Amino acid sequence: MEKESIKVIEVRELTKKFGDVTAVDHISFGVRKREIFGFLGPNGAGKTTTIRMLTGLITPDSGDVLIDGVDIRKNPIKAKMKIGVIPEMGNIYVDLTAKQNIILAGRFYGIARSELENMADALLAKFGLSKRADDPVKTFSKGMKQQVNIASAIVHSPELLFLDEPTAGLDVQSQRMIKTIIREMNQRGTTIFLTTHNIEEANVLCDRVGIINGGEIAAIDTPEGLKRTFEETQSVEISFDKTVDVSKIEESRLVIRKEKLGDKWRLYTDNPDKLVKYLAQFAQDHNLIFSTMEICGASLEDAFVKLTEDR
Amino acid sequence: MIMPLGNFNRQFFRGIAVVTEKNIRIYYTKPPVIIFGFLFPLFMFLAFYLGKEVDFYIFFPGLLAMFLFFIASSVGPLITPWEKQAGTYERLLSFPVSTNTIILGDSAAGMIFGIMINVVVLAVGLITLNYSLNILVLCLGMLLGAFCFSALGVLLASPSVPNPSYVMMFSSIIRFPLIFISGIFIPLEDLHGFGRMLSYFSPITYLVDIFNFSLRGQSNIALIVDFVALIIFSLIFVYLANRSHKRNLMRGL
Repeated sequence: MEKESIKVIEVRELTKKFGDVTAVDHISFGVRKREIFGFLGPNGAGKTTTIRMLTGLITPDSGDVLIDGVDIRKNPIKAKMKIGVIPEMGNIYVDLTAKQNIILAGRFYGIARSELENMADALLAKFGLSKRADDPVKTFSKGMKQQVNIASAIVHSPELLFLDEPTAGLDVQSQRMIKTIIREMNQRGTTIFLTTHNIEEANVLCDRVGIINGGEIAAIDTPEGLKRTFEETQSVEISFDKTVDVSKIEESRLVIRKEKLGDKWRLYTDNPDKLVKYLAQFAQDHNLIFSTMEICGASLEDAFVKLTEDR
Repeated sequence: MIMPLGNFNRQFFRGIAVVTEKNIRIYYTKPPVIIFGFLFPLFMFLAFYLGKEVDFYIFFPGLLAMFLFFIASSVGPLITPWEKQAGTYERLLSFPVSTNTIILGDSAAGMIFGIMINVVVLAVGLITLNYSLNILVLCLGMLLGAFCFSALGVLLASPSVPNPSYVMMFSSIIRFPLIFISGIFIPLEDLHGFGRMLSYFSPITYLVDIFNFSLRGQSNIALIVDFVALIIFSLIFVYLANRSHKRNLMRGL
């Protein structure tokens, strides 16, 4: 889908200090309308502080945040009306039922109660929770709670949805369901701002990724763009039917470094084509049969590690 | 771009109403609220009243004020610490509400709870005792007192604590002295010198005086002073609660 160039989030020179510690240091970036923007960073990098400033929870020391053109510092209520926020797990009222949680959230946005009843029913049906609509959330599994959490955050059909680690601690089925919902919402026109520790999640979901480290933006690009930046992290993954002395392969001088992965070897190279041809000849000469051979491009995880190390 | 004032007001009051409703649904039936709000003043009254020769006709206005004080200020101290512990506070702040909206919603919940129980206690008093009631003054006093005490409860919720039970201990340190220095257990006319002066620092003193006036037709302080004092206490509590909640907003999340 072609993403629009209009920026729905504009961040300019945003800074926040806690005492002597600068949590976020003059960061600037924009998120385009209808895109899925991933915000990655190691623990303590400034992700949570940034998302809390973007959603109006804390006030920056300096800099601006515009949400669809509205300055969240000057007009926090108007800006908040445009967004939905899903903080990390467990942020719904467990004493209320699933339906009561969704209706409560909707009432903050001024949706009429009669309309809300129908909307809550529709959302619960969409998430497959209709039969549990009137059960207290405290009886729900973690994945179901997260579904109610999301339903409560999107009841007012926000133009922009912030998700903070939406799949953390969930089982595989729940993770898949959450990712599907994110994609569906995006296809219907919602801009998504997603923070995650799961690099693969960002890789498959996001149109662009911003990496924050030490309170500063280390890089912003598409996942593929970031991977291309680190071509030296391309690799060839191999295993043979017999144990092989890999140091003999290293004699080719095509291998930058090697890594053992179970019964496989990952050989990092800046020229996978030449290495594959060399390995084919090597197998022929030593009478070996390939069990596995796969060329792996640089991963987003590699890019992330490179960008966040040594800082 | 500034939000039109009408929209802002509508959103502000809607926020207060929704926060209030949420608190009523979730927190009224929590055991600490029942224990500290209802059972505590009841047992305190029984401990003071049973076996002693106390004129219940004279004592009842003070009892009414004590109930309102305990009940209205019992919900507020627990809401924010509970929400921070449960992880719902951050979500609440992400809705289109301000800190003031939350504080007033929490106050309103305590106020409504206080008035509901207080009306039952009042009804018992009116049935069993022969008062000539000044209903307007009584209602105004009850409304203002309930708001003032619930705002105090919300102020007591503002320190950042690792566990809600810490707040209950902290709030008891503040609430009990306010009871003892007020004119509940010792009528204001019997208090002199330092004791009398001290009683003016408790908002309960002014409500006891209002209740005495509206039920027995007697007061020791000018009625206007009672109301102004309660308004001033309310404003101070709301102002301090706002400052303190803002300062501790992110602590404990």
